[in-house]
Amino acid sequence: MMELVCPAGTPAALRAAVEAGAHAVYCGFADETNARNFPGLNFSREEMAAGIAHAHARGAKVLVAINTFPRAGAEPLWHAAVADAAAAGADAVILADIGLLAHTAERHPGLRRHLSVQAAAANPDAINLYAEAFGVKRVVLPRVLTVAEIAAINREIDVETEVFVFGGLCVMAEGRCSLSSYATGRSPNMNGVCSPASHVVYAEEGPDLFARLGGFTIHRTPKGAPAPYPTLCKGCFTSGPQTGHIFEDPVSLDATALIPALAKAGVRALKIEGRQRSRAYVAEVVRTFRAAVEAVAAGRPMPEGALARLSEGQARTTGAYAKTWR
Amino acid sequence: MQTTATLPLCPPLLAAAIRPLPLAPLGLALSALSRRLAARHPGMFRRLGGHAGKRFALDLTDMPLALLLAPGGGRVRITAHRRAPAAEVRISGPLSAFLGMMHGAYDGDALFFSRDLTVEGDTEAALALRNAIDDAELDLAAELQTLAGPLRAPLAAVLTAAERRTGVALHRVEGAWA
Repeated sequence: MMELVCPAGTPAALRAAVEAGAHAVYCGFADETNARNFPGLNFSREEMAAGIAHAHARGAKVLVAINTFPRAGAEPLWHAAVADAAAAGADAVILADIGLLAHTAERHPGLRRHLSVQAAAANPDAINLYAEAFGVKRVVLPRVLTVAEIAAINREIDVETEVFVFGGLCVMAEGRCSLSSYATGRSPNMNGVCSPASHVVYAEEGPDLFARLGGFTIHRTPKGAPAPYPTLCKGCFTSGPQTGHIFEDPVSLDATALIPALAKAGVRALKIEGRQRSRAYVAEVVRTFRAAVEAVAAGRPMPEGALARLSEGQARTTGAYAKTWR
Repeated sequence: MQTTATLPLCPPLLAAAIRPLPLAPLGLALSALSRRLAARHPGMFRRLGGHAGKRFALDLTDMPLALLLAPGGGRVRITAHRRAPAAEVRISGPLSAFLGMMHGAYDGDALFFSRDLTVEGDTEAALALRNAIDDAELDLAAELQTLAGPLRAPLAAVLTAAERRTGVALHRVEGAWA
């Protein structure tokens, strides 16, 4: 069966994910070492150790995301995160920075290393280099590849691949996108936040809801229409004579229907995005996907999903996997 | 989890009946209850961090009522108002949305995307509050029952019946996902 890798922003979400059938849960420490450094989220050292013990007691793994890029002079913060994840009994760490990968390979050789999507390794040469140089065992593939491209990659590498199947959709070359920095001075790569809430303002003005990021209006939504979060790459802008979603519509990824094709392409693990979401969301999505991977493993038809209302913009896409988008 | 399309609303007749009730006792009772919850879940305040000193106006759109929540690092204070008072954060939505989020029945982002819930003011503080409460796994019914003493069993029956009849989550959703 393909491994289901599920998000947890809090210990309660971790327990909900495990109870709902997660094979593995990924989470991070409450600081800038992980790419979901949001207010009120993430784990203290004690919570991480307790969460790992809880998951292990129920047969689930915990993968600790330490996937931002260390700032020069502040490397000890990232090194401590890796050491503390190892001490807490993490099954793997998810890393993006080559310096941190080298440090981990050298100081914690027994700690399994996964390559974060933030590293944007999207071809066999890059992946093989990470495997040879740093002993990476699994690569989380960027959300810019088709299923055929994933199959081609898997034929030329020896490490496992993990792909996103549901949740918020990052349409840029991850780890290299600076759009958020332009509007707010803060980015996922350095600070663990994209379009941070500290710079978001919603205002009801007349019948419309304005969503602003760093003072820029990203969306103006009429009454009754679904309200997206003001992420720059999914904003509605005017460019020349055209007004619309210049980069991408505010939709969520849902590759449920592609699970059989992804299995055939040699994908080892399916990842659900959403460490910033509630335990209610995590439980429902994990339960739905667990049923789907079990059905695929048993050769049964896929169960019908009903997750649209949980999605941003209440609309879904298969993203780049099937290349049906703009 | 229930769909946001079926979010239960307070019946207009009940809302009208609530209108003349005095607000001060309600605020005192909610403050006392919140402090009990706060004592049991100190982790909530660590998650709130610097936002604990802010004020959150919870505007109940289906009731003639707004609550002003001041977490204050554990010494929680709640006051009841006819209209949402000035605050750093204002979150508006039906009572069932707030109780459903608190009990793990609804996802806050989904309620926001569907416009069942609106946030104005300090978005970061609103997120911190949502995440802190989500992690605390609060259970209002259980808390009320511990206060009820010998009336615990009848109160439990009343709360369960009320939950079933109204569709409003009054207990923590537990294992109901499986």
